[in-house]
Amino acid sequence: MTTEPCAVRAHDLGKTYSVRGVKGGVRALDGLDLTVGRGLVFGLLGPNGAGKSTAVKVLTTLTRPDRGTAVIEGVDVRRRPDHVRRLIGVVAQRSGSDPRATARENLVLQARMHGMGGRAARARAAELLGRFDLAEVADRLVKTFSGGTQRRLDVALGLVHRPAVLFLDEPTTGLDPEARAAMWSEIRRLAGDDGLTVVLTTHYLEEADRLAQRLAIVDRGRVVADGTPDELKGELRGDAVHLELPSGTVPGEVRAVLEALPSVREVRVAGRGVSTRSDNGAAAVPAVLAALERAGTPAASVTVARPSLDDVFLRYTGRRYAPDTDQDDSTSSPPGPETRPSARQEAAR
Amino acid sequence: MTAAPLTAPASRAVTVPRLAAHTWFLTGRRLHALARQPAVVVGNLVQPAIWLFLFGSLFRRVVDIPGFGHGSYLGYLVPGVIAMNAMNASMWAGVAMIEEIDRGTLNRFLTSPVSRLALMTSGVADQAVTTGLQSVAILLLGLLGGAHYPGGVAGCAVVVAAGVLLGTVFGGLSNAMGMMLRQREAIIGFNVLFMLPLTFLSSAFMPTALMPHWMRVVTACNPLDWAVRAGRSALTADPDWSAIAARGGGLLALAVVCVAVSVATFRYYQKSV
Ligand SMILES: Nc1ncnc2c1ncn2[C@@H]1O[C@H](COP(=O)(O)OP(=O)(O)OP(=O)(O)O)[C@@H](O)[C@H]1O
Ligand SMILES: [Mg+2]
Repeated sequence: MTTEPCAVRAHDLGKTYSVRGVKGGVRALDGLDLTVGRGLVFGLLGPNGAGKSTAVKVLTTLTRPDRGTAVIEGVDVRRRPDHVRRLIGVVAQRSGSDPRATARENLVLQARMHGMGGRAARARAAELLGRFDLAEVADRLVKTFSGGTQRRLDVALGLVHRPAVLFLDEPTTGLDPEARAAMWSEIRRLAGDDGLTVVLTTHYLEEADRLAQRLAIVDRGRVVADGTPDELKGELRGDAVHLELPSGTVPGEVRAVLEALPSVREVRVAGRGVSTRSDNGAAAVPAVLAALERAGTPAASVTVARPSLDDVFLRYTGRRYAPDTDQDDSTSSPPGPETRPSARQEAAR
Repeated sequence: MTAAPLTAPASRAVTVPRLAAHTWFLTGRRLHALARQPAVVVGNLVQPAIWLFLFGSLFRRVVDIPGFGHGSYLGYLVPGVIAMNAMNASMWAGVAMIEEIDRGTLNRFLTSPVSRLALMTSGVADQAVTTGLQSVAILLLGLLGGAHYPGGVAGCAVVVAAGVLLGTVFGGLSNAMGMMLRQREAIIGFNVLFMLPLTFLSSAFMPTALMPHWMRVVTACNPLDWAVRAGRSALTADPDWSAIAARGGGLLALAVVCVAVSVATFRYYQKSV
């Protein structure tokens, strides 16, 4: 282990839940390693059941791992859980606010539990109510709140005691696109202005891509890849350049023309479609089109697709990223994998 | 590695003030929620009132049975109904606990530096306040119905305290069950199964002198009966204080055990969550 300061460091975390009817139990974490630097938004991306929430539960002292170690800001999660609880803010996948109390009462209670005095607690509550746009509903019972409003209160609750590390377990699941966008900008602001470390789990590819400065892709209880979103996609070495040829072209000729070009590789021809890879798709397109033109087989259309996290997931797990499409996934136009084809079509136009 | 400079150092020393403070805040949270539903508070009194007056009139003549040994059946019934009410009300604590688990509220507290013991003692305090108020209300209802309490204020205080302790016993058990089983059905099943036997295998409605022998043996082990007897004796003109102390002490010990068990179940819960 290095001594370079980091917010979260987990090594070889394992946890198996005993579940009736499942022999050997359900392995939720299977040797998960994680290092999160300070002051950034770190994303844990994975499909349903990957173990994201379990990882968060272990890191936030809620549950004990069967094996492995975890350290938050230098403090061991298993040995000094009470100390860790002062360092972290937690927004769990399930709300956690008290529905039978008002937003303000929830915040004040949380502040008092963290040892703030009455006046300080009330001042902090008022500050957070203002910041999270909750002032209008401050004295309403939480059970009357909409999903987005509740989620904002959840985040405010996690921030009451000014933690060093904030854990957000699927903060935008179930929110409509507008509320999701608002939550994103709030999360960015937390890591930016407030210097907070944010550990965020999500099963939305786009959310991970847009929000996280660093990412770990979790699958079956372990991290299969990590890095910045660009690094991860960069490892795939290049964009996909897809060509559509007019009928009557001879595929073999086209292949020969393209394989002679230095800027593209992995030329594959399927019917009238040709797909290749290129280190820089946009730069390669003029050369590709010109070469085809010269050969007398001009392309009907050309598409350049940046490698996506979907491709990254495919590379490391051998599966397409296909999170269970639950209700809110299909209704709220999620930035999930199914938006990829339409992105391609747009590029083709 | 060094600890983060961003927050205050963890304080491990101050545990008793923390327990007291956290119990206070968490009890306030519960009582606040209760105060928002005055109809529920009043509604909860309907059932004991029905028992009191229904059984009071239905069995009024049983005092004439030789060996009953009490003058007024209503007066006899009051400590029984108070104990029964205390048990019934607290048996459902585990359902509220499951609601907090499902909602995620319990997990939020468990990932905050909240005293684990305070999570339980606040439940006990909340239960004590409601059971205490209900017990006083039942005493007053009895008074309205014509019962006399020769034991006076001290006697009444014993009845209320016995009810609160009994409530703590069943509240602690119910919370432990809620956390271990995490199924409402389990608690409902337990309550349906045990509520009536525990009530009738006691002297709440009938003196044990009139019971078959085996029933008397079972009744002697029933904490509900301890509360009923301690309260009933305290309400007489000449209370048997040593017997009251023995039964009250038994209830107190059992209450401490049940709360301790429910605190211990946090460990189990946190392994399986
Ligand atoms: N308390 C529990 N008891 C038994 N099994 C559990 C428990 N919690 C999680 N699991 C199982 O462990 C695995 C990992 O679950 P986890 O909740 O960590 O996944 P996740 O990545 O958060 O998924 P999601 O996107 O659905 O929230 C799943 O197979 C799940 O069924
Ligand atoms: Mg999850």
